[in-house]
Amino acid sequence: MMTLKVNGQNHEIDADPDTPLLYVLRDDIKLNAAKFGCGLGQCGSCTVIVDGNAVLSCVTPLLLLEGKQVTTLEGLGTIEAPAPIQRAFMEEQAAQCGYCIAGMMMRAQALLQKNPKPSEEQIRAELEPHLCRCGTHMRILRAVHRAIRLMDTADASSATPRRAQ
Amino acid sequence: MTKSRMIASVLAALLIGGAVATFAIAWRPAIAAIEPPAPQSFDAALVKRGRDLAAIGNCNDCHTVRGGKDFAGGLPVPTPFGTIFSSNITPDAETGIGRWPEAAFRRAMRSGVNRDGQHLYPTFPYDHFTNVNDEDDRALYAYLMTRQPVRAPARENLLSFPLDQRVVIAGWKLLFLRRGTYQPDSMKSAEWNRGAYLVEGLAHCGSCHTPRNRLGAERASAQFAGGDVDNWHAYAINAQSPAPIPWDADALLAYLRDGWHPDHGVARGPMAQVVSNLSSVPESDIRAIATYMAGVFGAPTPDRKRRAEAVLAQAKSLSVRASKTNAVGASIYAAACATCHETRRPLPYGGVNLGLSTAISSPDPRNAINIVLSGVRPVEGERSPIMPGFAASMNDDQISALLNYLRARFSNQPAWTGVEKTIADARRTQAVFLQTSPGPYNAPADATQRDKP
Repeated sequence: MMTLKVNGQNHEIDADPDTPLLYVLRDDIKLNAAKFGCGLGQCGSCTVIVDGNAVLSCVTPLLLLEGKQVTTLEGLGTIEAPAPIQRAFMEEQAAQCGYCIAGMMMRAQALLQKNPKPSEEQIRAELEPHLCRCGTHMRILRAVHRAIRLMDTADASSATPRRAQ
Repeated sequence: MTKSRMIASVLAALLIGGAVATFAIAWRPAIAAIEPPAPQSFDAALVKRGRDLAAIGNCNDCHTVRGGKDFAGGLPVPTPFGTIFSSNITPDAETGIGRWPEAAFRRAMRSGVNRDGQHLYPTFPYDHFTNVNDEDDRALYAYLMTRQPVRAPARENLLSFPLDQRVVIAGWKLLFLRRGTYQPDSMKSAEWNRGAYLVEGLAHCGSCHTPRNRLGAERASAQFAGGDVDNWHAYAINAQSPAPIPWDADALLAYLRDGWHPDHGVARGPMAQVVSNLSSVPESDIRAIATYMAGVFGAPTPDRKRRAEAVLAQAKSLSVRASKTNAVGASIYAAACATCHETRRPLPYGGVNLGLSTAISSPDPRNAINIVLSGVRPVEGERSPIMPGFAASMNDDQISALLNYLRARFSNQPAWTGVEKTIADARRTQAVFLQTSPGPYNAPADATQRDKP
């Protein structure tokens, strides 16, 4: 049994210490935003934020999360009150099939929390580990730029975990 | 003459004599500048040969900064003596080598002197390039003089007195610069001799793979015994090689050409750029290098062969063994590493079985640490191996537990010492690297300390 902190809530988890975080999020806590893509840390669709850093949850065993704060996409905003990063992705219609988008948003969010004004090059470099098979890369990049503007005007601290809907 | 006046004159004579001797040793004439030759004046076949030679020499690796123009220089190369910036070797008339005649280029390659007659720091490996023949120098010159000229003034080296005085380099050369360290051996095949010529000369393998003495010169007595480059360890590539499976000419050829070999894994760190360059040169030259280096590695002893066979057999049997002594390391391995490294997916897209990994069997843990921290980033525009970095998800204790587990399980070597400190150092270096990185980074294919003075 270990206590896992996700989106500000404590969860008592009964799983082996080498269980990937992604499995616990999806199967035990029923948070399905993070996706299983390759299971090898090569596509980025499972990305969540751990203590402010973008982390590939499919290759992150549970035991590494002792005492840490996990944030998933559900922790950023709700359907009624989406976070700036979510609004930006919706307004730019950045998702086609959408499978990669949660991961993209989480890494972009982690980047913007650390650096609110990244350059185009920095955004591209940061999102490099993420694959999108639909090819909406240009919209994704536009969405990140829109999120920068939204966060500039809105409350940039919307990353503080909220209760998932 | 009083006694004191006599002493004074002796001292004066000594000083003047010393100055004259220093002048004789250190002074080199300037070679007259020329009008930059038109690119069309060079023979196309010669330019093409020069391109291949420049790839063998890995010239672009030091003479190009990340995201910068090819061969425009400005890359800070950290050395124990200070930081030296690479020079602009594009044919720009003012800031490059546009006004250099071929004779000046050849002199720079052969004896490390620029067109003005100034001594060049041996960060430019003329201790190897001195072996390059006139014909190859001519081809390299033709290639460089037909590149796009880039205006990029030299950056000031960060050296303290007296090393900032270029006259000091003349003394270094007196001690360490030897022409003809490569001599053809008529007892060996033409291929072997070609390999020797390339390895000891233009390819300058020893610059990284041979340890250096306190004055920064390669230790001739320890040739290819392993060295340091940019916070990576360049493995021993002689009989002391820590590779679990002994290298042979075929494996070397495949590795140097493709950047990976199923029994050894993928090239990364500073070697990634080397194999990337070698992938485009005629196979005959790579084969020659492989033939020569196979001789340097030497035939494995029967004992070493037996061990290698055992390691290969073990690598084929899948078993994630539980560890009673290091449960943390075993769990991290099972979740984070084994999914790629123990699935029988073929290289280079599957990870190498770590029992075959030189990084895990090496006496120096830095390469393994660098890779765990920053992974292997994909090469832009190419199919290439990829591995995620774990700097963000593991703390130093956890990485240490993992590495100790890997070392105990996948090598027959004694435990590493000082792993925690090495991890902290590597993390600091990478943090600096990422902060100073101006644009898209390509760690760890790029040397981690590069681009930071």
